[in-house]
Amino acid sequence: MHKIAGVLLIFCLTVLSATSLAQNHSHDHHDNGHDHSHEQHVGDEHHADDHEGHHDNACGGHGDHGGEYDPKATAMHHISDANVYTILDAVRIPLPCILYAKDKGWDVFMSSKFEPGHHDNGHAAYNGYVLHEGAVKRVIAEEFPSEGQVHVGGFTHEKIEVDGKERSIGYVCYEGEKMQLEEKTVFDGGVLGGAITSFYDLSITKNVASMILILIIFFFIFRWIARAYQNGKGKAPRGIQSLLEPVILYIRDEVAIPFLGRDRYAKYMPLLLSIFFFILGLNLWGQVPFLGGTNVTGSLTVTMVLAILVFLIVNFSGNKHYWQHILWMPGVPVAVKPLLAVIELMSMFIKPLTLMLRLAGNITAGHIAILSFIGLIFIFGDSGQNMTGGTVGSVLSVALTLFMMAIELIVAFIQAYVFTILSASYIGAAIEEHH
Amino acid sequence: MTGTLAAIGAGLAVIGAGIGIGQIGGKSVEAIARQPEASGDIRGAMILMAAFVEGAALIAILLSIFFS
Repeated sequence: MHKIAGVLLIFCLTVLSATSLAQNHSHDHHDNGHDHSHEQHVGDEHHADDHEGHHDNACGGHGDHGGEYDPKATAMHHISDANVYTILDAVRIPLPCILYAKDKGWDVFMSSKFEPGHHDNGHAAYNGYVLHEGAVKRVIAEEFPSEGQVHVGGFTHEKIEVDGKERSIGYVCYEGEKMQLEEKTVFDGGVLGGAITSFYDLSITKNVASMILILIIFFFIFRWIARAYQNGKGKAPRGIQSLLEPVILYIRDEVAIPFLGRDRYAKYMPLLLSIFFFILGLNLWGQVPFLGGTNVTGSLTVTMVLAILVFLIVNFSGNKHYWQHILWMPGVPVAVKPLLAVIELMSMFIKPLTLMLRLAGNITAGHIAILSFIGLIFIFGDSGQNMTGGTVGSVLSVALTLFMMAIELIVAFIQAYVFTILSASYIGAAIEEHH
Repeated sequence: MTGTLAAIGAGLAVIGAGIGIGQIGGKSVEAIARQPEASGDIRGAMILMAAFVEGAALIAILLSIFFS
């Protein structure tokens, strides 16, 4: 009975929060001065938005979202990294921006200089940089002041066609003029048509801040556990020690020893445990609703660094037999050997590539699924116009979101485990003695 | 047009991965039912194999994103 009451309470709270989120978003998409019928939802923040709207119209720009709810853009905005840590669109924790441009030199300041407002758009520009949907962008236009803080109007974007692909160009409104923004750097580094910015963004972004947070938490937890083992030899584990001891033992007995061998596993245990807990911690932190919402392990950059680390460790600890199996496979006809060498060399790079893609893909897919289910509220509710549809959509989306979150919780553990076990198996294959 | 084709390609890749992971899951549950004492080893091998199949599907999906 107790349990049922608890589940019901959680369900009600989720419905309530989803509804409030719906309202939040329905005025999100009217923040360009096209529709003011939702003004009653908001407090003082909306004044700024009105302001933004007027500037928008002054610029003659098209609305940022055209009043239409765009599920893809919303999902992408919510899974991408940001230079400001926003909790529930209400609390905005400024983060340090560290920017370097060749023609300008270093710029180090807090992102509160941008006066981030609704939708993580900055109301001010600083030293020629603006904050657009959480990301720092540079204004290309030369007449834009490159020093000091100036107030800017809203942001608009236009869709243009380049080589058959639709690209959107962002503009910032400054003194009634539209000024073009640089596009965000995309992960292909410009090879496949993405843009490259003229500055390096080394900022402590939302993702980096979450990583540091998780590292600090785990540092203290593991220091505490290590001290408990030193002081209480032979005693039963207590507190968080008894929670993590089975996990550590599982990694040792089921992952490290079978793949690396009983006499050699100890050298790689710190690596495997670090990988496992780093990924697990960030996976779980990314699933804390509202508070976390970071997509660290779902970003390709983070998983790429992890995969490169594994790649380097595998290849530096590879012994003679490992290289022999790659370059000159023993036991096959000579004619086949070069062919196998090519395949093995390719698989040497494909292994870390899939390691990178698997983790990022799984975590991002889960987040996008949840965001799409939440998006059902706005699609059914016609962005706040249709009350009945919104209610049906809310009920549907809460049920689906809860289901998806349960799956994501399992995925968080499985992906951390899979990354660890695959790293162990690659290292194991590299250090295996001849048999 | 390319976008549609890419989406179809991604869908096909997912069908393939689904069949593969389904086979792995079904067979390993059968194996566990036959030999419950080996369930730990079988589960480990199952997750490892599922990860490999998934890797192939992910490469296909990434390529379809690139070419869309």
